[in-house]
Amino acid sequence: MSTPAHPARTTADNRALALATRGLSKSFGSLPVARDVEIKLPQGARYALIGPNGAGKTTLINLMTGMLTPNAGQIFLGDDDITATAPEERVRRGLARTFQINTLFAGLNPLEAVTLAVAERRGIAGNFWQNTAIHKEAIEEAHDILVRLRLGDCCYQITRELPYGRQRLLEIALALATKPKVLLLDEPAAGVPQEESGDIFEAVAGLSGDLTLLFIEHDMHVVFRFASHIIVLVGGAIFTEGSPAEIAADPGVREVYLGKRKHG
Amino acid sequence: MTASTTLTPQAYLQAQSRWQPIEIIFWLATLLPYVLFPDYLSLASQIAITALFALSLDLILGYAGIVSLGHAAFFGVGAYTAGIIAKYGWGEPLSGLLAAAVLAGLTGYASSFIIARFRHLALIMLTLGFGLLLAELANSASWLTGGVDGLQGVKMWPLLGMFEFDLYGYVAYTYSLIVLFAVFLFARRLINSPFGLALRGIRENAVRMPAIGAPSRAHIQTIYTIAAAIAGIAGALLAQTTETVSLETLGFQRSADVLVMLVLGGAGRLYGGLIGAAIFMVARDQFSGIAPQYWYFWIGVLLVMVVMILPNGIIGGLSKIYGRWKRK
Repeated sequence: MSTPAHPARTTADNRALALATRGLSKSFGSLPVARDVEIKLPQGARYALIGPNGAGKTTLINLMTGMLTPNAGQIFLGDDDITATAPEERVRRGLARTFQINTLFAGLNPLEAVTLAVAERRGIAGNFWQNTAIHKEAIEEAHDILVRLRLGDCCYQITRELPYGRQRLLEIALALATKPKVLLLDEPAAGVPQEESGDIFEAVAGLSGDLTLLFIEHDMHVVFRFASHIIVLVGGAIFTEGSPAEIAADPGVREVYLGKRKHG
Repeated sequence: MTASTTLTPQAYLQAQSRWQPIEIIFWLATLLPYVLFPDYLSLASQIAITALFALSLDLILGYAGIVSLGHAAFFGVGAYTAGIIAKYGWGEPLSGLLAAAVLAGLTGYASSFIIARFRHLALIMLTLGFGLLLAELANSASWLTGGVDGLQGVKMWPLLGMFEFDLYGYVAYTYSLIVLFAVFLFARRLINSPFGLALRGIRENAVRMPAIGAPSRAHIQTIYTIAAAIAGIAGALLAQTTETVSLETLGFQRSADVLVMLVLGGAGRLYGGLIGAAIFMVARDQFSGIAPQYWYFWIGVLLVMVVMILPNGIIGGLSKIYGRWKRK
């Protein structure tokens, strides 16, 4: 893969890229929501995507995961061009996401939901003749994921009756069950009281170091604490990017984003 | 609650699919008509057939969330397949049943390519459209189907070469009941399988499915084909046990009725369609005796009451009461 020429600051080291976009653009009618976006996520990175409301952060995740089709540009997972790949196929190749608004299986319990995701990945979800219970390895893998996210004690409880914070963790558990190489987290702690959001980010931080992460987050304390690199998105375009220290010191960022934080 | 948390995940899932005593009681109760209502075995046979049809709709509507207003299309294809085969000289019931399942399944598979792409209102209209289309095709092909006069001259051979279909419906009920039970066992296995879990996933959140790498469309195509084949078996049973096929087997009324039965009984619960079919058929039999022209009035009353008071149907309401009672 040729490295696209781009003046923006790139990562200093030459780690292989896990996910990259080139010239990614999307408009809703006459409203541009993504403008020539170039993102380069090195393997194992912990990147934050920030920007004011309506900057197109979620749109970018929707484009990368295939839930929206770009008007122009390309998306690469590793060395593969996945621009035209179906969303579920991208997941199977290792690109997973979570949703800002809970997108869970309300009528299933966490064990069933995560077992389903594991079964899909293992290619046994088309099996309509054997009892789910005989797939011991899949069930135990699902249970391990739930325990890791501290959902072990409520995994038989129907999802819609779980406390909200638990539901946010289940969002992550479902994504992890697909064994992603790259995980895109859309405001993992959205709607969770501040004192609990730390728990969620601790869980995120505890994920395997091989996993490449990009997360959207509004709370700057959390961003500065957990991100190694920050991308600032404004009006669908990358405004700037850099290390937390660089971003914190950037007067432009303060103006467009940090200064306006009270509104959003 | 405390008991379930001590189970291992595997044991928990195993327990979910274990046979409950109430299920055994239910199936034993299906033998009661032989003793209690020997004069009503024909009705009992119709109930078993309708229950099988409702079960097939439950697999797509109750489990995968695919609303259909044209499910009678597959019932009709099955009925005409079995009827026509028997009329033209092959009256062996079981092979007729198989042929009906295959043809209805193929029809379901062919339409599933379109069905799997749509949801909600578009899906209701599409299934309705397919149903109307097939009904009118059968109507116009009167050289084959007998058109509005119905398919006459269906002659069945004895079941297994031994049991002649009798006037009292003894063999008909036994045959229908055994087929219903066999297909029920299949459906029960299916819903407790990983595939059954995937279907519930589609019903619960179709948006999340691709995000966990699930090929929802392929799953929908599979279950739609299976449900169509089962509906075809039900249709074939009706053709074989009544030795006639009318256009009504393909009609919109049948599609609407089976939907009503499922809502009455409780969709997404294996026994919902069975209970709903029994209540609907008995109500029709009783109410049409009182006022033959207006009996749907009472079905209307029943439907409104159940939907208002028991949104998850009769089975849903019963299991809620049972759950509360158990917790005490």
